[in-house]
Amino acid sequence: MTELERKQDQAPVPVGWEYETAPESRDIVTLRERYGHFVGGEWLEPKETYTTISPATEESLAEVGQATEEEVQLAVQAARDAFENGWSALAGAERAKYLYRIARILQERAREFAVLESLNGGKPIRESRDVDVPLSAAHFFYYAGWADKLEYAFPNRKPKPLGVAGQIIPWNFPLLMLAWKVAPALAAGNTVVLKPAETTPLSALLFCDVLRQAELPAGVVNIITGDGRAGAALVKSEVDKIAFTGSTEVGKAIKRELAGTGKKLTLELGGKAANVIFDDAALDQAVEGIVNGIYFNQGHVCCAGSRLLVQESIYEATIDKLKRRLQTLRVGDPLDKNTDVGAINSQAQLEKIQELVASGEEEGAEIYQPPCRLPEKGYWFVPTVFTNVAQSYRIAQEEIFGPVLSVLTFRTPDEAVEKANNTPYGLSAGVWTEKGSRILAMAQRLKAGVIWANTYNRFDPTSPFGGYKESGFGREGGLHGLAPYMDFE
Amino acid sequence: MSRLPVRKTYKLFIGGDFPRSESGRTYEAEGQNVARASRKDARDAVRAARSAFPKWAGMTAYNRGQVLYRVAEMIEARRSEFADLCSGPKEVERSIDRFVWYAGWADKLAQVIGSSNPVAGPYFNFTVPEPQGVAGILAPQEPPLAGLVSRVAPALVGGNAVVVVASEPHPLAAIELAEALATADVPGGVVNILTGLREELAPVLASHMDVNALDVSGADGNLAELERLAADNVKRIVRGAADGQSAWEIEPFLELKTVWHPIGV
Amino acid sequence: MAQAPALPVGFELPLEPRLPRIGSIDQVALEERAATLAKRSIKREAKMFALELAVRMTDLTTLEGSDTPGKVSALASKAIRPDPADASVPSVAAICVYPNLVPAAVERVRGSSVKVASVATAFPSGQSPLETKLEEVRWVIEHGADEVDMVIDRGAFLAGRYAKVYDEIVRVKEACGETHLKVILETGELGTYDNVRRASLLAIAAGADFIKTSTGKLPSSATLPVALVMLEAIRDVYDETGRRVGFKPAGGIRNAKQAVQHLVLTHETLGVDWLTPDLYRFGASSLLNDILMQIRKEKTGRYQSPDYFTID
Repeated sequence: MTELERKQDQAPVPVGWEYETAPESRDIVTLRERYGHFVGGEWLEPKETYTTISPATEESLAEVGQATEEEVQLAVQAARDAFENGWSALAGAERAKYLYRIARILQERAREFAVLESLNGGKPIRESRDVDVPLSAAHFFYYAGWADKLEYAFPNRKPKPLGVAGQIIPWNFPLLMLAWKVAPALAAGNTVVLKPAETTPLSALLFCDVLRQAELPAGVVNIITGDGRAGAALVKSEVDKIAFTGSTEVGKAIKRELAGTGKKLTLELGGKAANVIFDDAALDQAVEGIVNGIYFNQGHVCCAGSRLLVQESIYEATIDKLKRRLQTLRVGDPLDKNTDVGAINSQAQLEKIQELVASGEEEGAEIYQPPCRLPEKGYWFVPTVFTNVAQSYRIAQEEIFGPVLSVLTFRTPDEAVEKANNTPYGLSAGVWTEKGSRILAMAQRLKAGVIWANTYNRFDPTSPFGGYKESGFGREGGLHGLAPYMDFE
Repeated sequence: MSRLPVRKTYKLFIGGDFPRSESGRTYEAEGQNVARASRKDARDAVRAARSAFPKWAGMTAYNRGQVLYRVAEMIEARRSEFADLCSGPKEVERSIDRFVWYAGWADKLAQVIGSSNPVAGPYFNFTVPEPQGVAGILAPQEPPLAGLVSRVAPALVGGNAVVVVASEPHPLAAIELAEALATADVPGGVVNILTGLREELAPVLASHMDVNALDVSGADGNLAELERLAADNVKRIVRGAADGQSAWEIEPFLELKTVWHPIGV
Repeated sequence: MAQAPALPVGFELPLEPRLPRIGSIDQVALEERAATLAKRSIKREAKMFALELAVRMTDLTTLEGSDTPGKVSALASKAIRPDPADASVPSVAAICVYPNLVPAAVERVRGSSVKVASVATAFPSGQSPLETKLEEVRWVIEHGADEVDMVIDRGAFLAGRYAKVYDEIVRVKEACGETHLKVILETGELGTYDNVRRASLLAIAAGADFIKTSTGKLPSSATLPVALVMLEAIRDVYDETGRRVGFKPAGGIRNAKQAVQHLVLTHETLGVDWLTPDLYRFGASSLLNDILMQIRKEKTGRYQSPDYFTID
């Protein structure tokens, strides 16, 4: 054997190709030990605080305020003052330029925000870097352009701002949900008091520094942090409007609370979306769509495709491909650039997922989970598929809000529509078929506010988002996202 | 002894570059020798615009909006230079704010001008606006900056590429704008600016078979003749406000496409 | 009562699929999936593994009208010993040349592990009569080629004459005998991803040992989405029949980063079994030196200059 042949012979036989860790550096983020509430352009020293952590490691990140009723009041007053003393009188073109500044600064500080978002919330850096942060900047950019064009948005109406909007947002897309709320509110001429979710306050608090750099007048945006109690105080306060994104249960409570008060309300609540795959779908891409629909952001998505409705004739092929695809999903450190599925946001959420998954097994569904090595500390759940699921099982009815897919079958388009619509929710749906007319027919009949055909979990500031039925009312994004923030006399 | 300044050479703006006129001619305006574009320069500019058009039109509306916003950033950065070349700071501010205003339309046009049409049959039917292609623009002779911006921005925001004939008595603001465009991430060839004699250049653009629209808002002289020349390839003739802003200034530079598709399982 | 017309002769309804489902490809979703896989960050040991693997998988290529025995001789030296300054760098898999240069190539690589691959069948156009194409194949094999890279008749494919395309591949494979056959689809001419999938399955059904993207003579060649379509076709065949077909992206892979992205695509679509020169080759010329530069950068920590890497 020649030297060369020997070298070939000794070449390593691949037993596996382990990608090394590829962590995004945390250095770009400077965390303070303690944050107050951002009220009237100043940092208010909080009366009570709690600790916010990284769900991937359980390490403490910072102390943040647990807003009291008085502190909420101060914030609302600051917003009211700002509204009455200048902001509402400011020309639309000037308001627009503030919003453009905010958009540009978010673009400039994109990496910083992406790292912080992954650190505090648990989502993979690839998603916060490529989806959350760019979309957030884009929302501000889009709505900036409406601030001085409102007369075009509402033919034959005279739009005026409402006044002060109270906004309560969830923990699954902290910065993006902030952008969805603040951008249109400000474009319309309102001022806001926003409460980020209890477990993910940090990107909102960093956002206050963007406001400083943009020189936004004091009190136009106020941020108070805390748990549900702070949210409840905000709902009860002297705001003109409440915008809430979160669980259906809390949404209903808010609606009851506001009954008879004349305060405007929009709600974006839960969902149990059906992702419908027809036998003529581009199958490999449909499988990618299924994966994206339920495992993107660990399934912490209100519009997640949590029910797979697959046409029975391609059931085996689809499930085989799906199970194989799950093998290459990488679960782990959110700050690792190769991570596909990050940490579950909190202990509480993890327990909810575990409880529902247990119910699935009890009720008789068949569970599949790919082999997966999970880190020791932190909150994790392996991507899961349930087959042999009946429409009546809890896992087919209740929103799990985790990386858990329930698979059901159908035989005809009619049956698919029936099953897809058989839920009190109506936020979103997916349709996979290569036939155009069928896409449109399904879109016509599915009772959901957002229908994705041959794609899933696509968002854009120009595209209105919101639900039917118990998934809420009102739309965010697009021209239609302005109306909830306007007073038409 | 005071320092001798290094004077700027005022050239054309074609395809993202600053060439002299191929004819080698100049004319005197505002105390400067300014390039006097020839019909061949106009031909080259149209070619550059046509070549750049697919890329500009193919960008997402969001991207186009961002580029136009950046043009405003670049004009703002040069406010004092611009102020010297037009009626003053107020005109410059108006022009910057106008660019910002138009930039914000890029990703909203389809929502205001387009539609979903409820036809009487099982069809999904929608109408979308699209850019026409290459627009020839005869910039208003006055005001030198705000007039130019008022005509160029609406053509650009919809995705068109443009060939501009600058104000003949006050062309310097146009060349300054070209410099702002060249540093604003605008792809080369999307905007082309020709300085020179209006009566030489206008008929070339009016009769060019590869120009889709002719903006005559700033035309003086023989408008009827220009319209006659434009008839040979059925150019769209655009007449707008020399110094105003409206979504309806954008609309004449757009085509409308309507699509049908059946709805059925 | 009216009678239904008789079915045309030869029209058979397959009740059990003998070939994997042909299916369609959604362009947007495919390109997104490829782009997401391209974002994988491969570092340190993982990167070294990929780079050395890429060297061992390279088919070092020269396919010019101006090729001479001298040029091929230089290529062969490079193929055997890519980096004279680093003996641990392995030889490449093969050199790939035009038929006339096969004898010179065979002579020069004798005694090494490097194989000789020859293009044939009126490469790159394929626009010649079948008889001359088969003659060419027989000739190169007689003169020592270890592998044959053929082109399909794209004109016939686009005109819908799939049986002719199929037939030609079958006949070429016959002429090859034991010699390893790669079938070039020239994906840049096929127009749609659907067509790439169809051509892949057709070539495999006709006996291809490897399917290959391109001749390298067109500007558009081995993009990641095209590779993904072909890898998925290979995977579907494997699932259905157990048969393993190899893949060779060629043309347009100019730097190590792209090569690693292709390997990631393969790893996450077909698994680790395909990460071997027996089932995967890169058709390339300038790629090799970029890989060598990256290897040296990994070893020394310094960015490299082309001056320090031999042309042959």
